[in-house]
Amino acid sequence: MSEPTEPTAAALFTYALRLGDDALVLSQRLSEWASRAPEIEEDIALTNIALDLLGQARALLDYAAVVEGGTRDEDDLAYLRTEREFRNVHLVEQENGDFAHTIARQLFFSTYQLFLYEELISSTDELLAGVAAKAVKEAAYHHDHAALWTVRLGDGTDDSRRRMQAAVDRLWPFTAELFDADDVETGLAAQGIAVDPANLRARWERSVSDTFATATLVIPPTVWTSHGGRRGVHTECFGYLLAEMQYLHRLHPGASW
Amino acid sequence: MSDDGLPLWEVFIRGRRGLSHVHAGSLHAADEAMALRNARDVYTRRSEGVSIWVVRSQDISASSPDEKDPFFAPAADKVYRHPTFYDLPEEVRQM
Amino acid sequence: MAEDLDEQAGHLDERFVAMLAADERIEPRDWMPDAYRATLIRQIAQHAHSEIIGMQPEANWITRAPSLQRKAILMAKVQDEAGHGLYLYGAAETLGVDRAQLLDLLHTRKQKYSSIFNYPTTSWADVGAIGWLVDGAAITNQVPLCRCSYGPYARAMVRICKEESFHQRQGFDLLLTLSNGTPAQHGMAQDAVNRWWWPSLMMFGPPDDESPNSAQSMAWGIKRFSNDELRQKFIDMTVPQAKVLGLDLPDPELELDAQTGHYRFGAIDWDEFTRVVKGGGPCNEQRIAHRVAAHENGAWVRAAATAYAAKHHGVDANSTAAVTGEAVA
Repeated sequence: MSEPTEPTAAALFTYALRLGDDALVLSQRLSEWASRAPEIEEDIALTNIALDLLGQARALLDYAAVVEGGTRDEDDLAYLRTEREFRNVHLVEQENGDFAHTIARQLFFSTYQLFLYEELISSTDELLAGVAAKAVKEAAYHHDHAALWTVRLGDGTDDSRRRMQAAVDRLWPFTAELFDADDVETGLAAQGIAVDPANLRARWERSVSDTFATATLVIPPTVWTSHGGRRGVHTECFGYLLAEMQYLHRLHPGASW
Repeated sequence: MSDDGLPLWEVFIRGRRGLSHVHAGSLHAADEAMALRNARDVYTRRSEGVSIWVVRSQDISASSPDEKDPFFAPAADKVYRHPTFYDLPEEVRQM
Repeated sequence: MAEDLDEQAGHLDERFVAMLAADERIEPRDWMPDAYRATLIRQIAQHAHSEIIGMQPEANWITRAPSLQRKAILMAKVQDEAGHGLYLYGAAETLGVDRAQLLDLLHTRKQKYSSIFNYPTTSWADVGAIGWLVDGAAITNQVPLCRCSYGPYARAMVRICKEESFHQRQGFDLLLTLSNGTPAQHGMAQDAVNRWWWPSLMMFGPPDDESPNSAQSMAWGIKRFSNDELRQKFIDMTVPQAKVLGLDLPDPELELDAQTGHYRFGAIDWDEFTRVVKGGGPCNEQRIAHRVAAHENGAWVRAAATAYAAKHHGVDANSTAAVTGEAVA
């Protein structure tokens, strides 16, 4: 590991990884749907979202490597970091489950990403502002897609509502972490570089509530919340995801692909 | 309409300002919003489109005097044979 | 009365034949012989099924792709294949069938898909071999179809061919990187080519003298070149590419005939071809089971979308025809 020692650079490195890992891990999950979606059109839609997220991840990991100033590149970061070095939230690493779970996860995450990037466009960091300018359009599309499906599954058949509510109930505990902030976010936000995610919560709750109302779904009570991803402490399913993603690259150290 | 009830839509794309909409193909979707979303995913994956129109295939009326199949009425008829009127062909001995 | 109908049928048939002779496109509302229509439905549908089933062996490696760039390329390729399937189902539907009917025929094995996809992708190099060899063979087959007699099929093929050349280049590039990489990578690439070469040649179908229906398809303008012609064209194009790759082709009889300018090649195992086409390949059961599972697991989703549309039909009852949508850049 060769993280930068200068405080802002160190924080910026971590921040870029947090945003980048969110996108990378969710892209990995969505890519599991290829050839398995409920309709061919939906196969294309989900892969489209996965590709957008992968593009965001590559830009952010690439930037993290630049900030680090060492010899690592996007692939070194994606394929050679250990589980404790990944900084994504728990929400994105959760298994796909059925289509309802995938849509619920997408609604929660895309709504957050949309508001995050709307703010990040104004970052004093040129690269982050540029990533945000592109990503905000993508996040708007992803959010729209997830909202359309949330409404159709919630207000479709009794069976689909039951499944969608179950998915919402199961994933709700993972949403709180989206708004966690520590010194990294608050320090960089003070410099106009990052967005403090705590500021996004109210808007996010309103948006999700509105969508749920139209979808005849209810917001579940908050019984417990899951945290730790931002510090590299993940849930049990993450190890399997990394094993699958990294194994071939690790099998051939130093090889080009 | 299929057994699953997802109707067929025709998609028209205007590639950029100044051009007119061109028929790009068809897809299945339950309603207009999904049809537009799907059209964007399927037909503009390479940023080919700016403006998208979707129309239910059954809502299109056609008049093509040059096409002379007696199955179709000569004026204001459907673009395609309706699936439920068509008997699925027997297995054709193929290569 | 009966004579009038016979006369009318005769005129229609004459007209159809004349249009084919003039290389005019047959469009959906033209009269066509039942057999022409049935053959087209089957051919287009099986082509569509091939694209959809073909997603599986490649999607198999998305989550394990060894670099982010390769992962992105592979995801885009698999997405393209889904899109190609859609274009082709759309073309078939202009002939009066419904996609759900066609999928049912696939799921019950009454319609087939290209047998090449009954082979497993057991290494990352297989992804490259499929791009180089299988897509290469598909392109050889497909370019002539851009001029096939049926308009919607020809137009779908034009769209597909534009996107397909990217796939073949990417497969070639993947193999080139492996071939020039570590010994383990080179070995992986060679092993993949050894397994995919002969099945790729079988993609063009049985020899001409064992393809009795080819003549009729050619007369109808659905098929432009014979199986053997296309197979030879593919071999002639591919052998020099193998040299560039630095990989051997697993046929000791491959040799350039200086006089004809074509490559002679060894005997294809047609018993294997027949066995695999009839269901005895390594992945036949798996491919169909995977496809059926996706369809059945998605039934509740499609039902929900339909139920929602029915409930809210009154809301958009006034917008009977077109709805505009500006695509998000």
